[in-house]
Amino acid sequence: MIWGVLQFPGSCDERDALHACSLTGAEARLVWHEERDLDEIDAVVVPGGFSYGDYLRAGAVARFSPAMEAVAELAAAGAPVLGICNGFQVLCEAGLLPGALLLNEHLRFVCRQLDLIPEGSSAEFGTPEGAQVSTRLSIPAKHGEGRYWAPPETLDGLEANGQVAYRYAPGQNPNGSARDIAGVTNEAGNVVGLMPHPEHAVDPLTGSTDGLRVFEAVAAAGAPA
Amino acid sequence: MARARVLIRPKEGILDPQGKAVERALPALGFEGIEHVHVGRMVELDVEDPARLAELCEKLLANPLIEDYEIQAL
Repeated sequence: MIWGVLQFPGSCDERDALHACSLTGAEARLVWHEERDLDEIDAVVVPGGFSYGDYLRAGAVARFSPAMEAVAELAAAGAPVLGICNGFQVLCEAGLLPGALLLNEHLRFVCRQLDLIPEGSSAEFGTPEGAQVSTRLSIPAKHGEGRYWAPPETLDGLEANGQVAYRYAPGQNPNGSARDIAGVTNEAGNVVGLMPHPEHAVDPLTGSTDGLRVFEAVAAAGAPA
Repeated sequence: MARARVLIRPKEGILDPQGKAVERALPALGFEGIEHVHVGRMVELDVEDPARLAELCEKLLANPLIEDYEIQAL
């Protein structure tokens, strides 16, 4: 299995994501934003940062890159796609995930370790193998535009379909996200996005290795049967 | 080329913390009696085919899920 980690001008978390991918035991390589042929890639990470300077709106310009066109095709074919932070924003702007990420309610940049609760029926992403609903993942968040928003009827649909992948633990919602939602999946369940950064929580040195479970779950979904 | 101006604002009903922050700051500066402050974006551009502006707004300049836009010919 080969991971592809996208790299836009302005990406800044692609190296940590690449490292996290390689810890799953699979191959991983960076994919420059101008690459259009991703045929050998089995699973994609759209990493965090400030793609194309985040001008206009976060993720608005990145969605038009050649690499994102290829990612949309891979996603349609069922390949697992993981969007983290800016990557989540890009996937929402591209219409691969529902909803949008707005300015944090309190207008301040957030940078803190917090607890995520995985949920949802999307086994490959929502709930890392063996995890109970009460399981918490300790993962850092760092963003200024992370307030998840979608119309109430869309939120109802996401909850009914098991498309809420992660919620902030009670009392830890850092940005005013609707219904404490930290991450969602598409309807098919193969595209997932979340604001917190699992790639920064893969080494005991930085206090938590819980983020690795997110990558392992995606790798399990992307491994050829 | 035709010059146009596109005004983009947060949709009614979606919390606009920038607008709220400005609104809260005004009384401290002596500006009373101001409410419903919203902060958006303005894009000015020259365009060969103004008929394509709406498509441009839908696809890039605005996110129709969260923003309304208004095209003004200048």
